[in-house]
Amino acid sequence: MRYRFSLLLLVMAGLVVAFAPLPVPTIAPQERTFEIDAHQFAYSPSDLHVNPGDTINIHLTSTDVVHGLYVDGYDISVEADPGQSATLTFVADKPGSFRFRCNITCGAMHPFMIGKLTVGNNSWLYRSIGLSILAAISFFPLSSFSDRKTKEERIK
Amino acid sequence: MNRIELTRIPFIKNALKNRYPQLAVFIVMLIGYIFAILAGLIGTPVGSHNFSIVFVWIAWWAILILVAVPFFGRGWCAVCPIPLPGEWLQRGAVLSPPDKKPKWLNLRVPKMFRNIWLQNISFLLLALFSSVLLTTPNITGIVLAAMLFSAIGLSTVFERRAFCRYLCPVGGFIGLYSQTAPIELRIKDKQVCVTCEGKPCYNGSSVGYGCPWDVFPGGLTKNTYCGLCMECIRTCPHDNIAVNLRPFSADLTKPSTRMDEAFKAFIMLGSAIIYAGVLLGPWGAFKDAAYNVGSSSWFIYAIVFLAIIFVVLPGLFTLGIVDTKNALPLKQRFASLSTALIPLGLMFWVAFSLSFVLTNASYIIAALSDPLGLGWNLFGTANATWQPMLTSMLAPAQALALVGGLIWSARTAQKAAGEVKVSSIPVIVYCFFATCFMLWLLL
Ligand code: SF4
Ligand code: SF4
Ligand code: SF4
Ligand SMILES: [Cu+2]
Repeated sequence: MRYRFSLLLLVMAGLVVAFAPLPVPTIAPQERTFEIDAHQFAYSPSDLHVNPGDTINIHLTSTDVVHGLYVDGYDISVEADPGQSATLTFVADKPGSFRFRCNITCGAMHPFMIGKLTVGNNSWLYRSIGLSILAAISFFPLSSFSDRKTKEERIK
Repeated sequence: MNRIELTRIPFIKNALKNRYPQLAVFIVMLIGYIFAILAGLIGTPVGSHNFSIVFVWIAWWAILILVAVPFFGRGWCAVCPIPLPGEWLQRGAVLSPPDKKPKWLNLRVPKMFRNIWLQNISFLLLALFSSVLLTTPNITGIVLAAMLFSAIGLSTVFERRAFCRYLCPVGGFIGLYSQTAPIELRIKDKQVCVTCEGKPCYNGSSVGYGCPWDVFPGGLTKNTYCGLCMECIRTCPHDNIAVNLRPFSADLTKPSTRMDEAFKAFIMLGSAIIYAGVLLGPWGAFKDAAYNVGSSSWFIYAIVFLAIIFVVLPGLFTLGIVDTKNALPLKQRFASLSTALIPLGLMFWVAFSLSFVLTNASYIIAALSDPLGLGWNLFGTANATWQPMLTSMLAPAQALALVGGLIWSARTAQKAAGEVKVSSIPVIVYCFFATCFMLWLLL
């Protein structure tokens, strides 16, 4: 009985951690410009942080061969010829963390030419860590429950 | 305990007992494998347009790690083409019953090699060169050919499938993770085996070969070394072999005590973490180091790679479980408790592969029409553009896999800890930190 009840509590807590809406701090949208340098097989800078609603200008400059920049989740891209730059402008209206990656075959490690764009909070990361904490600590008392259960069974 | 015998269904039973369905799949696989070798050697050097890279490292890998291993255990080994030419040569036959006299040397593998350390080493060797292997068709072609020829060579020297049991770099982790699968091949009744004369399932008979994997089916308690080749279903005169549906990770309730298997778990866990950081992370310097084999940065990468796997991960694990008051030797507790890392590692690989595979799956469509990258257009799909799939589903799917993996491993840790009578909490804490690190790398 107590076991069932704790399990129910646990599942409910899990649902809250996974789906409860987070308070969104209202930060006035800004315009942000990033000068990104693309070369085999990396972007620099490769880790971008913006706020939801920001207008993003990415000036992509390639220093060796033709490179692209495709943003996962937003499904938009830009392409820069060697020595040239090109601009990608979009509004970061989807929160979360997204990979951006080269979409023009540029050499061996091309499939792994990757950067990261975080819009607002990386909420999947925080929620998953929250769920992991919940899962881990729930196993501490649960383990004693199962011990007790087997003991009871043995006594019977 | 709550098993469903699948071989009770006549259709399944006949399909497994009959040699022809398996042979048909074997032939298709062997043709595909040889084609992959040729494509690697003569096709375009551009990996993403070469059949060898696209079909081996994207298509096959996706099916293996996302479907075959988690749901069918060693199911891939049941249809794998690599050992076939050697096995056919060893038997001097493809289908017909074996001769009494062995045709080749037929030696027994020396005792010191009868463990999975060689597989651990062969996996690590490939892992250290993986950035080149994954992206260079030539190298993939050479490695595939080398596996085929080593299997042939070992078949002529040693008995049965020495390559699969002791050397195959893939076979080691398939075996480890196959313990989590909801499928098993086991005997139905122990008593029948005890009185069974000649044990044809192990020794062979006029209707089939003795277990090619050098396993006595009557003694099977876990999936690790049974290649699901189905030979024993064919040879057992007492119809005593069953293929069962069972709960996930049923084998893990009885933890292993072998160090080679324990380290396999660390090797796989560590490689998944390292790949997630190096290949999918935003850090260009790591990629350079991993790719430029032979350079000084690569040597540092290799040393760090091995140090993480052999020192950092097992070291922290050991720190967690040292308990001077426990009567059992530390080695035994180490081996038993590392069982918890099996489901954890599998789910790390699933999460890592989801990203890699969904991003690059669209290459499969183009490579179908132009497998050698020579400008063919067999099915009119050669110009299909690269397009990542389901990118909005990726983060939730990875989060689910990793958190699910943590819960699964915590449950496994409790059972393993119960067997060696220690607390599972240090192991759960260890798995928790590993999971958080992997979440941070991937999300
Ligand atoms: S162990 Fe390796 S070579 Fe043997 S069947 Fe399995 S994957 Fe194929
Ligand atoms: S042949 Fe069948 S009955 Fe005989 S030992 Fe093997 S599995 Fe058991
Ligand atoms: S003969 Fe039976 S026990 Fe041996 S590998 Fe094949 S299926 Fe497994
Ligand atoms: Cu590129």
